[in-house]
Amino acid sequence: MSISILAICYIIASVTYILGLKMLSHPATARKGNLIAAGGMTLAIAATIFLYTNDGKPLGNFGWIFTAMTIGLVLGWLIAKKVKMTAMPELVSFFNGMGGACAALIAIVEFDYMYRANLNTPDIAFSSVAHFGHYLAIIAGSIIGSTSFSGSMIAWGKLNGSIKDVSFKGQHFLNLIVLVLVFGFAVYTWFSPAGHANIPFFITVFLALVYGVAFVQPIGGADMPVVISLLNSFTGVAAACDGFLYNNKAMLTGGILVGAAGSLLTILMCRAMNRSLKNVLIGSFGGTKASAKAGPATQKAIKEISLSDAAMVLAYAKKVMIVPGYGLAVAQAQHSVHDLEKLLVERGVDVKYAIHPVAGRMPGHMNVLLAEADVDYDKLLEMETANDEFKTTDVVLVLGANDVVNPAAKNDPGSPIYGMPVLNVEEANMVIVNKRSMKPGYAGIENELFYSRKTSMLFGDAKKVLQELISQIKEI
Amino acid sequence: MEAISSFLQQNLDMIYVVILMIFLGFEIINRVPSVLHTPLMSGANAIHGVVIIGAIIIMGKAESDNYLALILGFIAVVLGTLNVVGGFVVTDRMLEMFKKKKQKS
Repeated sequence: MSISILAICYIIASVTYILGLKMLSHPATARKGNLIAAGGMTLAIAATIFLYTNDGKPLGNFGWIFTAMTIGLVLGWLIAKKVKMTAMPELVSFFNGMGGACAALIAIVEFDYMYRANLNTPDIAFSSVAHFGHYLAIIAGSIIGSTSFSGSMIAWGKLNGSIKDVSFKGQHFLNLIVLVLVFGFAVYTWFSPAGHANIPFFITVFLALVYGVAFVQPIGGADMPVVISLLNSFTGVAAACDGFLYNNKAMLTGGILVGAAGSLLTILMCRAMNRSLKNVLIGSFGGTKASAKAGPATQKAIKEISLSDAAMVLAYAKKVMIVPGYGLAVAQAQHSVHDLEKLLVERGVDVKYAIHPVAGRMPGHMNVLLAEADVDYDKLLEMETANDEFKTTDVVLVLGANDVVNPAAKNDPGSPIYGMPVLNVEEANMVIVNKRSMKPGYAGIENELFYSRKTSMLFGDAKKVLQELISQIKEI
Repeated sequence: MEAISSFLQQNLDMIYVVILMIFLGFEIINRVPSVLHTPLMSGANAIHGVVIIGAIIIMGKAESDNYLALILGFIAVVLGTLNVVGGFVVTDRMLEMFKKKKQKS
């Protein structure tokens, strides 16, 4: 009887995942969808603890299980609540890595059971004593889980800045060799004597960890969202492999669902940046690919604007558009920008935000960031709407954005970002660009916008600059 | 070859589930606005935390002298819980902000 209740709980859980994901893809229902999926997950976990039976025996070691769950609960809750909104992308990567590691550990323990069950026949090949389906699930779960774990950790490190982009010639070839070795050892484990199958198995796991590092390492920081989404779907598949092992439909459906949805999401993200997945994965976008055309040398002079002039221009403009970018997120300037906006609105200026879908390091990054500072939802314009409005805009204030306002995407076919939809800020009367320095953005290419006659540069940290602008405008 | 065909035979229902889920996964999130890419990814991230069920099973069935299973299982449960709890809480935090905006406007 308890088995069938468990099965019903799992069915309900699977339905909540499907509903949850579906609702998550519409703005109005997204939050409810998340809660529904969380509810289903709680049900599945509770049902497993109390109703699952292994060969007719209920589960034991409750003390251990609850201790571990409490540790995970408290840690997870604290980390998720404390971390700043700007660090969300790397946090997703971190949690994804935890899931990958969990999947890999399960597969490793199950391998250990399988290995020990066959120790009494140490000289017979593993393939003739072990169950093929189980081995397949174990090896796939451990390889994918390990790769996802190490890859996510690298992505996490790259996003919080502790790991730098390193790429060298022949790196992709080396990665391919590691991948072939992973598969080679996986097959070798299957055919090796049952008494010694553990050594090639652990080599396989180790190489999978190495592969995760090697796979993510050459990919530039700006492409991390795509990589995290891909690793996310990997972890889903690893979870599904473990589900297969236990004949557990809740794990199988949840894992495969995330695997499939994650892959599609990865492709959608690439499409939003107008790049192919292949280009992201082996493009190694890291400053090496300068624009084919260096741009006309005569235009290479930039014009700086002083804070007081900038304040004056903004205060007396009729219509101002703010283009936020990653620089704003780094400087934690979302509240300052909201203050500036309020101040300008009080003075009768029409202030809007132009949000490029991939500004920042994650699609939707800017929406989340500005939402944190209570910026009105109505003031956030999507790219198409914003592009219609630039023509009638007096001043565009670009805050730490670069590639998303680069006109090279429209008129330089040799540029690596050619074809990416961008914000047409150059159509406005005047553009003020706030940056920390003249360093190129993540795509590692020059931006001719900065040399345009319409553009004035305002160097400095976004938060400091905004605060000074605010005090200057107040004095006017 | 024989191993593969018997594998297919034994797991036919699982294979059906897998194939249907793949199509469902694709269908569900088609046409998602780009603003929701990050929360959706985060939500999906939380859902694959279902792997914790496997970790609980590992822990729950381990004999008291099987230290490898106990230790690795313990770590797996901690990590799995982190994934589930962290994933859902982070997603909720992201979406909370969108929601607040909506009501205001």
